[in-house]
Amino acid sequence: MVPRSWRKIKYRYDLRGSYCENCGNYHYPPRNFCPTCRRRGKVIETLFPEEGRVVSYTVVREKEPYIVALIELDNGARVLSQVCCDPSEMKIGMRVRKAFRRYGEDNEDGIIHYGTKFVPVN
Amino acid sequence: MMGIVSYGSYIPKFRIKVEEIARVWGEDAKKIKGGLGVYEKSVPDVDEDAATIAVEAAREAIKRAKINPEDIGAVFVGSESHPYAVKPTATIVGEALGVGNDYYAADLEFACKAGTAGMQICYSMVKSGIIRYGLAIGADTSQARPGDALEYAAAAGGAAFLIGKDPIAEIEATYSFTSDTPDFWRRDLQPYPSHGGRFTGQPAYFRHIISAARGLMEKYGYKTEDFDYAVFHMPNAKFPVRAARMLGFSEEHISQGLVVRAIGNAYSGSSLLGLAATLDIAEPDERILLVSFGSGAGSDAFALRVTDRIKEFEREPKVWEKIERKVYVDYAIYLKHRRKIRA
Ligand SMILES: [Zn+2]
Repeated sequence: MVPRSWRKIKYRYDLRGSYCENCGNYHYPPRNFCPTCRRRGKVIETLFPEEGRVVSYTVVREKEPYIVALIELDNGARVLSQVCCDPSEMKIGMRVRKAFRRYGEDNEDGIIHYGTKFVPVN
Repeated sequence: MMGIVSYGSYIPKFRIKVEEIARVWGEDAKKIKGGLGVYEKSVPDVDEDAATIAVEAAREAIKRAKINPEDIGAVFVGSESHPYAVKPTATIVGEALGVGNDYYAADLEFACKAGTAGMQICYSMVKSGIIRYGLAIGADTSQARPGDALEYAAAAGGAAFLIGKDPIAEIEATYSFTSDTPDFWRRDLQPYPSHGGRFTGQPAYFRHIISAARGLMEKYGYKTEDFDYAVFHMPNAKFPVRAARMLGFSEEHISQGLVVRAIGNAYSGSSLLGLAATLDIAEPDERILLVSFGSGAGSDAFALRVTDRIKEFEREPKVWEKIERKVYVDYAIYLKHRRKIRA
């Protein structure tokens, strides 16, 4: 689905989320409505910090195992993302940094999808 | 004064040793290492390609420059492994960097010199006042036919150079030497390149590198002694060492930029990674000679003079530190990473 993935490019390509100036909550993916403040919310779009720490993770064992982690960025925002490393390297609390990677491709003749994943710091 | 305002580099963390490739093909690793001067090469991750490498290198350059990405007026990505045959890499990179929509962009192709061609275009656009900053990137995940001699060196990596005013390294002069020489090529729909074997040396690499270096020196009045460092395109470690000697440079002039021994030939990223490694240690007023080479064929030569601004410029982590951070893979994992086999 080209149009659907095209609309997501902006926040997939980088950690662009939303911030509510009324309550101070961050959201990723960005929202244009604050679920806490509702009508009183003042939501702006902002670029989130590039580093954070792993809060929790799971190894998804499909054809090839990959890691999905809940990451708390340095502004406190939480994002769910793939971490590129060997499952044996993973530890709760480890520092990770954003990385621009391929997400996949539709087919041999289809669109290549790109986006943000994480890698261990150093 | 115009030139390099900032730079960044990216080298995938995986490496394969010459011994491991030689083991698979039943070849003599010692002889190959002796012949090429390359011991191991970088290998991209399964989800890395020229676009992702370009973005990582460029993000480092922008961060070090401390500029707003929207002030970048041009993005040129040089590669011989653009992810799409038709659809630019430069737009993926521009979007990921947050450059906005108000910028000039194009993908460049000229074998291994497409990145320096981008530097010349950015330099011209900054000089003419069309743009404030231009981003020139050389990035590749170079392909080699399994079992071909090229497989020992064809590597992955890239470097990005932000061109503008008040530089850390002034571009004093640039000069190109170009001819129609079919030393290396890849036809449409062919997965791997072909090359002219021995023909790649004298009439291709050496003729263009030496002519571009001498042409730059003659046209702008430089002598070999005017340069503290020299960086040449590195298809292997033997060619740049010999080119340096032909021009009167010693091993000391080129060793800092000779990254090929440890990571192989990152094609469009090759001479630019060598330049980045050299800028990592260069001092104000030192002069660097950069000469790229692209098959087909041509060389771009640059005379760069490091300025005082380099003293406040963030140069960590250095290219050689990135080279040292590595994870070895065997030939089967290498094939998987290069997407030659899949589950
Ligand atoms: Zn709120």
